[in-house]
Amino acid sequence: MPELAIDLFLSAGVLALAGLALAASRVFTAIVLFASLGLLVTLIWARLGAWDVAIAEAAIGAGLTSALLLAAWRKLEDARAGAVDEDQSRV
Amino acid sequence: MFDQIQLHESNGSRSSLKRGARIACALFSLALSAGLAIAMLVSDKAPPEMAGLVFSELEKSGVENPVTAVLLNFRSYDTLLEVAVLFIVALAMLPMTSIAPGQKLVEVDREHSVDPALAGLLRWLVPLAAILGGYLLWVGAYAPGGAFQAGAVIAGAGVALKLSGRYRFVWQPAAARLLLCAGLAVFVLAGALCAGAATHVLEYPVEYAGLVILVIELAATVTIASVLLLLFTGLQDKMPSDAGRGRASN
Repeated sequence: MPELAIDLFLSAGVLALAGLALAASRVFTAIVLFASLGLLVTLIWARLGAWDVAIAEAAIGAGLTSALLLAAWRKLEDARAGAVDEDQSRV
Repeated sequence: MFDQIQLHESNGSRSSLKRGARIACALFSLALSAGLAIAMLVSDKAPPEMAGLVFSELEKSGVENPVTAVLLNFRSYDTLLEVAVLFIVALAMLPMTSIAPGQKLVEVDREHSVDPALAGLLRWLVPLAAILGGYLLWVGAYAPGGAFQAGAVIAGAGVALKLSGRYRFVWQPAAARLLLCAGLAVFVLAGALCAGAATHVLEYPVEYAGLVILVIELAATVTIASVLLLLFTGLQDKMPSDAGRGRASN
């Protein structure tokens, strides 16, 4: 019974995090939610006994993808700051 | 045309699509999801003889972990193509990286001050990640682990080094290019060298299979780690054009 509770919690958590990540209005929030989603999915792979996939998901899905997304997010912020600068210099 | 990637944030609330098109998109996605779900429920499970086949032939594969046996021996063709995809990613990303004078793969900026806590953490974390990567590679022969996981962990160490600001990875030197193409080159070479005694593509002689797999995985780990790190540094580095734009606006 506790195992069923864990599985239900994990499935509900993945669905909730996926919905929140899609609905987040700020890019940074969406990225953090996506990283959390990756960690929960890692737990699900582990529960399914697919340890190879779990390790890959933790390292690539949750870790490196989030680092790449955050780097892209920083580029976006830089681009936005540059656009604001240009607007001000035009005024 | 291809020398820089411009990122723009899309404004989700002001979609350029018309209402009808958006509803059509939603209906199409829903139908696709429902179709996939129905297909999964209706279709038979994977043929059970596949798992039995893997386990009965496991002794000939040279490794004890069935996942590694499938990835690097029974279906190594798929993995070869995956490594080739990574090579193409590296080719596409190379123009994005900044060009630095000198021929060093890692440039150390000793003037750059690093937060003492971060420096202390890196001193422990990076060697630990290197050892963990080597362990994951080695353990992949008989337990969960393997080249992709090992490469990702090592790339993570590189990302941490890069984020400290003191280290820069330069991808112009010959050594860097060797790292980026080693995985594909060794994989193809191994297949070519074993071709004499093989009846199928990428078939290894049974007595050397373990060694061949280890060599391929070692090269693949190096390439996976460097391509992932290249992706990250390509996004992190300030482009020469960015610097020019910043100066123009001031």
